[in-house]
Amino acid sequence: MNAYLPYLLCLILFCIGIYAVLSKKNIIKIILGVVIAEYAVNLFLVLVAYKAEGRAAIFSDTQVILPETMVDPLPHALVLTSIVIGLATTAFLIALAIRLYGKYGTFDITRMRELRG
Amino acid sequence: MIELYVLLGLMIAGAIIAIEVKNLLSAVIAVGIVGLGLSIIFILLKAPDVALTQIVVEIAAVILLIRATLHREIALKPCGSRPFGALMGILFLGLAVVGALVTFSDGLNSFGAPLMTVSSFYPLNAVSGTGASNVVASVILDYRAYDTLGEATVLFTAVIGVLTVMRSPGKKKEEDLQDNNE
Amino acid sequence: MSVIVKTVTRLTVGLIFLYGIYIILHGHITPGGGFAGGVIIALSFINLDLAFGGKVSSKIFSKKGTGVVEALGAIMFIALALFGMRYGGFFDNFLHPDGEPGQLVSAGIIPLENIAISLKVAAGLFGIFLALIVLQKFESEKK
Repeated sequence: MNAYLPYLLCLILFCIGIYAVLSKKNIIKIILGVVIAEYAVNLFLVLVAYKAEGRAAIFSDTQVILPETMVDPLPHALVLTSIVIGLATTAFLIALAIRLYGKYGTFDITRMRELRG
Repeated sequence: MIELYVLLGLMIAGAIIAIEVKNLLSAVIAVGIVGLGLSIIFILLKAPDVALTQIVVEIAAVILLIRATLHREIALKPCGSRPFGALMGILFLGLAVVGALVTFSDGLNSFGAPLMTVSSFYPLNAVSGTGASNVVASVILDYRAYDTLGEATVLFTAVIGVLTVMRSPGKKKEEDLQDNNE
Repeated sequence: MSVIVKTVTRLTVGLIFLYGIYIILHGHITPGGGFAGGVIIALSFINLDLAFGGKVSSKIFSKKGTGVVEALGAIMFIALALFGMRYGGFFDNFLHPDGEPGQLVSAGIIPLENIAISLKVAAGLFGIFLALIVLQKFESEKK
């Protein structure tokens, strides 16, 4: 069980984020839940790639580094793209929240159901 | 790896504080602390590219969150939670955690021993194939450059989306509103 | 903003910009690359805007200029990909054996692709900031 404990804690962080999306009324709390869930997914990808007693994936002129001692570089590439896409998603959600506040005057989503009369 | 568990505990505590506290400014700062802990964990897991990108992107996200939403007067009525959503959330997330515990040892490699069936190619051939010393840079810009092109497209779409959503009504629509008000 | 913030910004914003350019140009030797460097450059402009107000920063970057820079980055990236088509395929590294690995001039088109990505990310992030902050001031003036 000790070998899987970091994965379990990462899953608990993801569950906290999804719980915030499902059960909060304030739209800013929902956005914070999405951000936390995204952090948890990126953490999981980098946890899978870790090699015990490994080195970072960079070669050097002054030292001799064997390629077998490096950590896995492929999930790092995927996470780099995912972080910037997460920023774009967060910015768009914030723009929607500002527009909703300008239209309804509140951040509470249970009061945003009135049709324009 | 005792530091890893301490930082993971700090992140979980920060996340719980962020979604439960009533003041919105405190919640945004707590999410900032979660991001900072995540960046330090990335350094501990020997991923310097990812740590650098995570810390600057998280600073940009916190700036946007604070500056764009907390600048206006918000009536701080305590907003509660939706009971049906909370109950369903706890039920299904509990099922997810139990299911994950059952299937962890099935296909997931244990922490510290990656499988590397596909990616053992990259450290062996990066320097001779592309000439770059940084293996991650050669992966994202030479071997898998399509993904970078897709990411550039998504960023472009997000900028167009934000500009469209935040557009103020044009002149014709303002005249219509004035006609309706009179 | 207060005098302390303005003085410190005046002293350090050039250094932040220079650091961003360093991270972009050395992206194939040290950790970093186009994404982190582009966001750092955008953060230096955001710092200038937050410390001195909208009037100073609108003289440096307008909305149209930001759009032009972002499109330029995207066009440069796709042009580099299409040039490689003459030599072997889409995104082929056609400048490849040109230097020792570990020097600044090496690794073919990878530094040029880093510069293109950084232009796009910096202009995109600054455009998002302009849309969310400058337009918001316009709305609160109307009310």
